[in-house]
Amino acid sequence: MSRNGPLALIFHTIFVVVMVAPIAVVCLVAFTPEGFLSLPTNGFSLRWFRAIANYPEFIHAFWVSLGLGALSSFVALLFAVPAALAIARYRFRGRDALAALFLSPLMIPHVVLGIAFLRFFTSAGLGGSFAALIIAHVIIVFPFALRLTLAAATGMDRTVEMAAVSLGAGGWTLFRRVTLPLILPGVISGWALAFIQSFDDLTMTVFLAAPGTETLPVRMFLYIQDNIDPLVTSVSACVIAVTMTALILLDRFYGLDRVLAGKGDTGR
Amino acid sequence: MSMAAEERNIRAPWALTAPALMLFVGVLLIPLAMTVMLSFHDWGQYKGIEPVFILKNWHEIATDPYYAEMFWRTFRIAILTTLLTALLGAPEAYILNRMDGRWKSFFLLVILGPLLISVVARTLGWALLFGGNNGLVNKLLMSLGVMRSPIPFMFTETGMVVALAHVMMPFMVLSVWAALQRLDPQIENAAMSLGAGPVTIIRRIIMPQIMPGVLSGAIIVFSLSASAFATPAIIGGRRLKVAATLAYDEFLNTLNWPLGAAVATLLLVALVLIVVGSNALIERRYAEVFR
Repeated sequence: MSRNGPLALIFHTIFVVVMVAPIAVVCLVAFTPEGFLSLPTNGFSLRWFRAIANYPEFIHAFWVSLGLGALSSFVALLFAVPAALAIARYRFRGRDALAALFLSPLMIPHVVLGIAFLRFFTSAGLGGSFAALIIAHVIIVFPFALRLTLAAATGMDRTVEMAAVSLGAGGWTLFRRVTLPLILPGVISGWALAFIQSFDDLTMTVFLAAPGTETLPVRMFLYIQDNIDPLVTSVSACVIAVTMTALILLDRFYGLDRVLAGKGDTGR
Repeated sequence: MSMAAEERNIRAPWALTAPALMLFVGVLLIPLAMTVMLSFHDWGQYKGIEPVFILKNWHEIATDPYYAEMFWRTFRIAILTTLLTALLGAPEAYILNRMDGRWKSFFLLVILGPLLISVVARTLGWALLFGGNNGLVNKLLMSLGVMRSPIPFMFTETGMVVALAHVMMPFMVLSVWAALQRLDPQIENAAMSLGAGPVTIIRRIIMPQIMPGVLSGAIIVFSLSASAFATPAIIGGRRLKVAATLAYDEFLNTLNWPLGAAVATLLLVALVLIVVGSNALIERRYAEVFR
């Protein structure tokens, strides 16, 4: 393997610093003891983390985001697992078109999806409801749930299934005792990636959320529109911490490179 | 399952995909169709939305120069962002690929990880770094002697492009990275043994082979940048509008839903045409790479 020259390493260092800087600065400012935005120069303080407790909107929005992410990713898997099994195992007419349809939420700008869902749910009498948010999030996280489940189902060793069938297992038992355990790592990673996508979505959710169903990104966005103060940096630092935890779990269970590589391809 | 059983199960794939298919038709295709229809409805300050078929909104977008300027700004920002990510992301992916195993996976994680971190948090970081004329970025650039007087980043297109490029960079690095994995390192060694210098190797060996990766990364970055909302809304403020923030305003502030729907429909159609068109061009140009 050939080595990088000094110029390449300087470029690399600057590149990495610039990539990390905005995230680092948010986390640093969150620890400021001052009442205004500044890098902590005279000591670290947790006052802005404690201040979150005085803003129940942020705490409420956090629980909405958490529940929404967990539930919509789970519902998406209920639809995605059978669809992934069908696409992985059968060659049937319309297979490619179906796969393209199921991945299409990646291609459609989220602002368009937000508008379409707002129009749809308002005329269905569900405007601003948590149910509407769940359904909308199921659609946007579906491609992520499908892709990782599909990868697991395609790579699965089917001789184990055949052995189970020859021993008399069928239908539901076959799925519950043999197929599902075999594709479980893919399913769990699909859930985690779907959760992160749901937890972070702003563009679509900002159209659908009403007071009471505002998610954390929506609450943060609306707050930033009015003013930027250290409070929103401490909230952001907490969000970054949650995402990092999910990332580390994903990396342990599945390997982050595989998750991200799958994600990159889907953008086409 | 025997072959005969699989053939008998010709209906099985449809039974398995039916729930998801119904979900997608019911809650994705129908709402999208409703949005396109909405763009042909009438709207008035006092009468609200009138379900008639008129071309008023489309006529307004086609004739009012405000919309032409806004769409041109949207695509200009997306193009500049794409160029910036390609110019910096491609060399970085190449450098990453030449690193030792452990460092390689560490830095890959550092560069790709932000992809999954909240866009609001990342953009907030840029807003803090830009922060007025004595923001950190300006202080740094001036102390390095890059420029004499501070340039405004907040509420400018420059700031939007910088922050968007940061948000989109992982997609470009990932795409070029994937192309580099298909590259045979022996070709580089062969070129070196035949007396090619580093510049020639990069220009004649590496560049042609990673070009498909750069181009498919460019398509992803372009389409995501042209429809981006959070970054333009936070960095651009209320005055510097792009397509997504304008549609948001029409829907949630002005309440002129039909006009907002027309802007969104136009954005969707333009992006689909650009993405499908350039995909077809790339695949024809680089057919042998994709085979």
